[in-house]
Amino acid sequence: MSDEGDDLRELYQELILDHGRHPRNFHASPDAQREAVGHNPLCGDKLVLYLTVGEDGHIVDASFQGEGCAISVASASMMTEMLKGKTAAQAKALWTYFEGLCKGSAGDDDAILASLDEDDASRLQALAGVRHYPVRVKCAMLAWRTLESALDPAVAKKVGAE
Amino acid sequence: MVGLDAKKDFPVFDQRIHGHPLVYLDSGASAQKPRCVLDAMTRFYETDYANIHRGVHELSQRATAHYDEGRRAVQRFLNAAHEDEIVFTSGATDAINLVAASWGRTFLKAGDEIVLTQLEHHANIVPWQLLQEQIGFTIRVAPIQSNGEVLLADVTALFNEKTKLVSVTHVSNALGTILPVEKIIAAAHAKNIPVLIDGSQAVSHGSVDVQKMDADFYVFSGHKIYGPTGIGALYGKRAILKTMPPYQGGGDMIESVTFEKTTYQEPPMRFEAGTPPIAEVVGLAAALDYVAGIGMEKIAAHEADLLAYGTEKLAALDGVRLVGTAPHKASILSFVVEGVHPHDVGTILDQQGIAIRAGHHCAQPAMEALGLMATVRVSLGLYNTRGDIDALVDGLKKVREIFS
Repeated sequence: MSDEGDDLRELYQELILDHGRHPRNFHASPDAQREAVGHNPLCGDKLVLYLTVGEDGHIVDASFQGEGCAISVASASMMTEMLKGKTAAQAKALWTYFEGLCKGSAGDDDAILASLDEDDASRLQALAGVRHYPVRVKCAMLAWRTLESALDPAVAKKVGAE
Repeated sequence: MVGLDAKKDFPVFDQRIHGHPLVYLDSGASAQKPRCVLDAMTRFYETDYANIHRGVHELSQRATAHYDEGRRAVQRFLNAAHEDEIVFTSGATDAINLVAASWGRTFLKAGDEIVLTQLEHHANIVPWQLLQEQIGFTIRVAPIQSNGEVLLADVTALFNEKTKLVSVTHVSNALGTILPVEKIIAAAHAKNIPVLIDGSQAVSHGSVDVQKMDADFYVFSGHKIYGPTGIGALYGKRAILKTMPPYQGGGDMIESVTFEKTTYQEPPMRFEAGTPPIAEVVGLAAALDYVAGIGMEKIAAHEADLLAYGTEKLAALDGVRLVGTAPHKASILSFVVEGVHPHDVGTILDQQGIAIRAGHHCAQPAMEALGLMATVRVSLGLYNTRGDIDALVDGLKKVREIFS
């Protein structure tokens, strides 16, 4: 079945496998101002996201820790790379675009696409093979849902050492 | 080799999944249904359906006869001494919640202890925790060995004068370990402690005899033994059920109702409030009839052969590590693939028509004890064949290829 092979190759392309095996920014950041925990109750996967936000509102640093499948780890790894230097609004645009990609409806909103960095957009497209696997969209979205909490001042508070 | 050839009895296999024949290795989550179960339910709805225990009319009498016969089918299946020891529930989870809410709330007090094992499914943990929050007893947990075994001595070591209940699984859903339930029950009874056995994963793999085992409670779900969803049973010794107050109130469970005083039916009706899943009871009876027709011994021998074959084939694969290698196991194979998360394994196998479970299998404490977040679980049923294991092995080679 060549179609299925192609879909699997699209999902598990080299970039994803590389980020899955060697996640970037994969460490705790005890000094981060924002910290949020994401759970995927379906599989028990857990992810902790750390954000350091500068006085001007830009994300200075982003890192994560946790355990998950290649898709969720790669998604988190690539997300933390993209977040550096972004404002909360820019981060929101990334995740809105990515959510659209995962649900197969992206590209509809040209305004959002136009606001994105070209390189970010193409990297998010690499993750979008997940749209053929509806149950795996949750894996790809885990880091981004956690980002939503981390950016929401009502949800994420600076958490001290436990 | 024994070799059952039962796929032809199951309509679900008359299709291709992603272009491949269906290799269904997820019977531990829920088993597929033979045509005779589907036919029995359809026939019942088409000809004999009405509510039970109510009408004087013909259809209600026929439906009631079906329902009562279903109870006798479960009685025979578990070899219970009396028909009224079988309470229909929506499944094993509901049955454990019934025991916790009725027996537990009546007989457990602050300062008491109950004993579980680390292998339990969440359904045999959380109902007790919910009750614990209200009453304040202590839950003690027998540990598992690194091979997934639970040692009798580790369970009995927790028994003391405060122990009021032992509630353990017969077969681990995550690892396939068969627990020494008869010995656990004998040891508990020597100290007058009643025992609940969660038979969810056991009933489809071999014959169960609640009298020989001497269980006080035994629970199972119909859908895991080729029956419909939404139906299961609680077996309880007659003398114990009689001491238990109702679990839920409603129709069918009462003797008489006034606003001054309502009196309740005797068990099992006392615990079956509301219109029950009648067609599901018919389907369950048909499923139990189906497995009895093949013979539980024959099914057990067939699955033992598959388990041995699968264990050997998986152990020979590079980068595959079996999790749960207790000497006594039902036909469940849990494993991890080096460097590949079980969810990724599941997606790649699915594209080849192979259905497995990936995750913590609703047994997070067991996974944690083994230092794992998740495994791939293959759970075999009577319709599986050695060819299915071969397909799995080929599928796993593809996983390794993609992640190489």
